[in-house]
Amino acid sequence: MTPIIEFQHVDKYYGKFHALKDINLTIHEGEVVTIIGPSGSGKSTLIRTMNGLEKINDGKLIVTGYDLADKKTDINKIRKNVGMVFQHFNLYENHTVLGNIELAPKVVLHRSKEENEAIAMDLLKKVGLENKAHMYPRNLSGGQQQRVAIARSLAMKPKVILFDEPTSALDPEMIQDVLDVMKFVADEGITMVVVTHEMGFAREVGNRLLFFDQGHVLEDRKPEEFFEHPNTERAREFLSKIITN
Amino acid sequence: MWSLLTDNWQTFLIGFWNTVCCSILALIFSLIIGSGFAILETNPNKFWRTIAKIYIEIFRNIPLLVIAMIFYLVIPQFWFKMNGFTAGTIGLTLYTSAFIAETVRSGIESVGDGQMEGARSNGMTYWQAMRYVILPQAFKIVIPPLGNQFVNLIKNSSVLAFVAGFDLMYQGDVIASSTFQTIPTYIIVGLFYLILTLPLSYYMQHLENK
Repeated sequence: MTPIIEFQHVDKYYGKFHALKDINLTIHEGEVVTIIGPSGSGKSTLIRTMNGLEKINDGKLIVTGYDLADKKTDINKIRKNVGMVFQHFNLYENHTVLGNIELAPKVVLHRSKEENEAIAMDLLKKVGLENKAHMYPRNLSGGQQQRVAIARSLAMKPKVILFDEPTSALDPEMIQDVLDVMKFVADEGITMVVVTHEMGFAREVGNRLLFFDQGHVLEDRKPEEFFEHPNTERAREFLSKIITN
Repeated sequence: MWSLLTDNWQTFLIGFWNTVCCSILALIFSLIIGSGFAILETNPNKFWRTIAKIYIEIFRNIPLLVIAMIFYLVIPQFWFKMNGFTAGTIGLTLYTSAFIAETVRSGIESVGDGQMEGARSNGMTYWQAMRYVILPQAFKIVIPPLGNQFVNLIKNSSVLAFVAGFDLMYQGDVIASSTFQTIPTYIIVGLFYLILTLPLSYYMQHLENK
């Protein structure tokens, strides 16, 4: 297995607050890693460091072969290969659904118009929204917007897609459609890192689970093992709260 | 009042023409310069933000008349000669550009951070994100306040009267002092300004509703 994301003694501070504490973590090509943990534990910060949206203060962070801590690294080279899906979708409000998917391949990869449109329409079909191609994001439901956002990431043909709580802002009945699209992404063999509260997804689709708390990776295990026999008291406490809810 | 207009129509027309020319030039260049400084003011790099802040604070906080006078009287003494029209138009452009910069900056800032993060995560550079995602949204948001700035600009072009710019106001002064028909003259001058500002206001409202 080839490493694709490597944290070596990574620290991150917000002022005096120590958000990530000496993170050592290697994610390999093709893995579907889910990160769970209480809010404020730093899991969003962790995933946002992986494409440079948050800068790290100390240590080494190598993503698709480039060191993010090195000032000479061109961050855009990493981001070409590392897509991101956000909690609040962040679709371009001034572009149609199709425009959202085609923009970055056009201006970053200089993909030809015909090829670009063919790929975009194919992706829209895969996420079940080909009839929405010419609508604007504001006219779509949250679940539909999130599926467009995933298609937008896929259009760049990335090696990794980072998902930062992709279903947390959705109405319950919308969640399954988005999870289905994420399953499809996993089946394509794209490396996925997913911060989520969807335990079902973590258990069924994920092949590795990180339990994160107070800036540390407390557990790094196979999902089914984690859910059946959590090793730490914090994880047991967390799981019992989730199950009683 | 009608005879005043027909007797002096050439004088009025020259003034009207100069006001139109000055307004169009100042509008185009203040929009370009102002947008440029707005983009610098929202740049992540502190050096550019400071440069923009200094420019904006200087030209926003000095009276327009003083800026026009500096270009009309001070700069020709040390640097190069220019006529009143040029000096007034440059002064008006710089003055208005500071207000436009603040307007456009507020538009850029009102586009959510998520738009920039989305674009950057999608592989675009900062400038590509600005060009294709942020600025189109920002300009749409600031159409109404920009419209106000443009109307103010046309009215402020009357500063040319103080630097012998042969604009509407200047020509009005000439006619008023030669005919002694002060009140009708300035009523006509006011109507000429309305011919410019009212259609502009309505056009901006139309853009806003689109």
